Amino acid sequence: MRHIISILLENEAGALSRVSGLFSARGYNIESLTVAPTEDASLSRMTIVTSGSGDVIEQITKQLNKLVEVVKVVDLFEAPHIERELMLIKVRATAKERDDMKRMSDIFRGRIIDVSEDTFTIELTGTGQKLDAFIEALGRGVILETARTGACGISRGQRVLRI
Amino acid sequence: MELSGAEILIKCLQAEKVEYVFGYPGGSVLFIYDELFKQTKIKHVLVRHEQGATHAADGYSRSSRKIGVALVTSGPGVTNAVTGIATAYMDSIPMVIISGQVPTHAIGLDAFQECDAVGITRPCVKHNFLVKDVKDLALTMKKAFYLATTGRPGPVLVDIPKDVTTAKCKFEYPETITMRSYNPVVKGHPGQIKKAMQLLLEAKRPMVYAGGGVILSEAAAQLTKLVRMLGFPCTNTLMGLGGFPATDKHFVGMPGMHGTYEANMAMQNCDVLVAIGARFDDRVIGDPAHFGQVPRKIIHIDIDPSSISKRVKVDVPIVGHVPDVLDDLIKLIEASKQRPEPKALHAWWAQIELWKTKDCLRYDRKSKIIKPQFVLEKLYEITKGDAIVTSDVGQHQMWAAQFYKFDKPRRWINSGGLGTMGFGLPAAMGAQMANPGASVVCVTGEASFQMCIQELSTCKQYRLPIKVVNLNNRYMGMVRQWQQFFHGNRYSESYMDALPDFVKLAESYGHVGIRIDKPADVEPALKEAFKRTDELVFMDFITDQTENVYPMVGGGKGLTEMILAEDL
Repeated sequence: MRHIISILLENEAGALSRVSGLFSARGYNIESLTVAPTEDASLSRMTIVTSGSGDVIEQITKQLNKLVEVVKVVDLFEAPHIERELMLIKVRATAKERDDMKRMSDIFRGRIIDVSEDTFTIELTGTGQKLDAFIEALGRGVILETARTGACGISRGQRVLRI
Repeated sequence: MELSGAEILIKCLQAEKVEYVFGYPGGSVLFIYDELFKQTKIKHVLVRHEQGATHAADGYSRSSRKIGVALVTSGPGVTNAVTGIATAYMDSIPMVIISGQVPTHAIGLDAFQECDAVGITRPCVKHNFLVKDVKDLALTMKKAFYLATTGRPGPVLVDIPKDVTTAKCKFEYPETITMRSYNPVVKGHPGQIKKAMQLLLEAKRPMVYAGGGVILSEAAAQLTKLVRMLGFPCTNTLMGLGGFPATDKHFVGMPGMHGTYEANMAMQNCDVLVAIGARFDDRVIGDPAHFGQVPRKIIHIDIDPSSISKRVKVDVPIVGHVPDVLDDLIKLIEASKQRPEPKALHAWWAQIELWKTKDCLRYDRKSKIIKPQFVLEKLYEITKGDAIVTSDVGQHQMWAAQFYKFDKPRRWINSGGLGTMGFGLPAAMGAQMANPGASVVCVTGEASFQMCIQELSTCKQYRLPIKVVNLNNRYMGMVRQWQQFFHGNRYSESYMDALPDFVKLAESYGHVGIRIDKPADVEPALKEAFKRTDELVFMDFITDQTENVYPMVGGGKGLTEMILAEDL
């Protein structure tokens, strides 16, 4: 089953490779991994989307907690949560396609953030599924390039991940 | 006053009361060696290969409560040390490794003797550091010693670029340290301990299964008290030997791939199993699915949460420092009026006694060729069970574990997790350094011994009177055994040809060598060797080439699917 694991870790050189090394050494999946400093610059927050049985996810969280630089680990799937991913997508948009493309972007609540003679670059956020659906809806023929961030997530309501 | 990084490093080691550093100099660590030269508190032991330095530091740690320290240079110094670091990591041995690194400005430019030490060692250390600024050095060293020795112990590597060893700053060694990201649990959860107590007191067929965690956490006294007060059978894993006295009537031998029949049967057929500082390793419980077929309640006490429910689901997990948890558990049992039902316990012991009649460790005592088991029995007799025994890896290791009865912790030093051939001799050096007056024996085989044979030279230089018991069967015995059992007797590359004359070899290093090829000569040779208290004696026992280690649970088999000597 798919899980989103959020990790607070010391913002130090090499911390990322300890986490990614752990996943490869123990044969755990990484569907996506994002990381950036938090409002406290000494901490980074990492979001890993992984999949595995309950036992595997339990081991993943235990092994992550064991890493010396990891401060806190939470499996967002334990409680209601929100996940979002950002995609920048560059599509072909020549004269006759431009209106259609604009409409499609609006339907998905995308924003066109760059325009050239033959292209649009659209910014779109949502769940991974929504981004997939947008790609599907456009059709592969018009897509020139995509850049996706991978998911990041946060718990709903009062639950917070902080030290 | 400002000190150089090299001076600061030495001051840190002194502050940690380090007696010995096992190492090998090289370009990147020259300033550190210069500072070592200028002081007398820390003694440096010059090994002949960096693998020897890490194994020696490891043996030093295992045989004492002190921490082993190794010092190696950059590049090949580090890569040579990796085997020893991984060995310590697999067995959770506290150790600090200091490695030299090329100057900070040269890092990443493929400089001479550069390697990514932190990257290469990352998967086989508890933690590691690259010190880029001399101002961080003292704090980093403090962290390294703290991390290595607390929680589940392990090796910690500190990589120090050459320019950091010359850069200067004020030295201040922190007294204490706290790290927000590292807080090992010490006290066990009282509710869980209570649950464990209830299970233990209601058990009809209880079994205590104790591992290396008991040795590492100094919990032998608590374990012994618990087992004796409850009257339960107890088994010690390969890493746990000595955690409970092997000569005690409650001891049923080692479990696992080469465990005793009675220990394995009891592990499988008990109704309550309490695992203490053990990790349900594949060599201990065999196939986890087979192990899980039998309904039993499992209590697991361990400092490392990730060891719990990793291979086997447990019913009562207790995370904590083993001696503290056992103290709490013993107190609860003492306060409780309930005791295990004597009738049930009596019946269980009767069953175990029946299993014991299999006499699973028997061998041909009338053999005209030396049987390796016989050598170990004699070794046990002559040393009165009180030697520190290190071993290499293979058949001799298993026979030593089966036939030498360890009554005390830290007397049995072997590479259980990684299974590193070449470990025995350098580990014995470390053990002898940590225990100057003790009898230190290295039980080895002609194949393993040759993997770190160069350390005979170190033994001479530091006058280490180690006794080497070489069980020479001209085969990689354990490989040959597997090939006999599982590969149709095709002994692919497992023979040992072109062996040196070990007697002459020992003599050429300035040691004493004895060759023994008759059973009648075994005892006299051992006696002669132990009389020579100030010399290394290499005993080359020419043993039966066809002898196998029994019982044996084949790889991936169930724990009770044992091959016994009588089956073949």
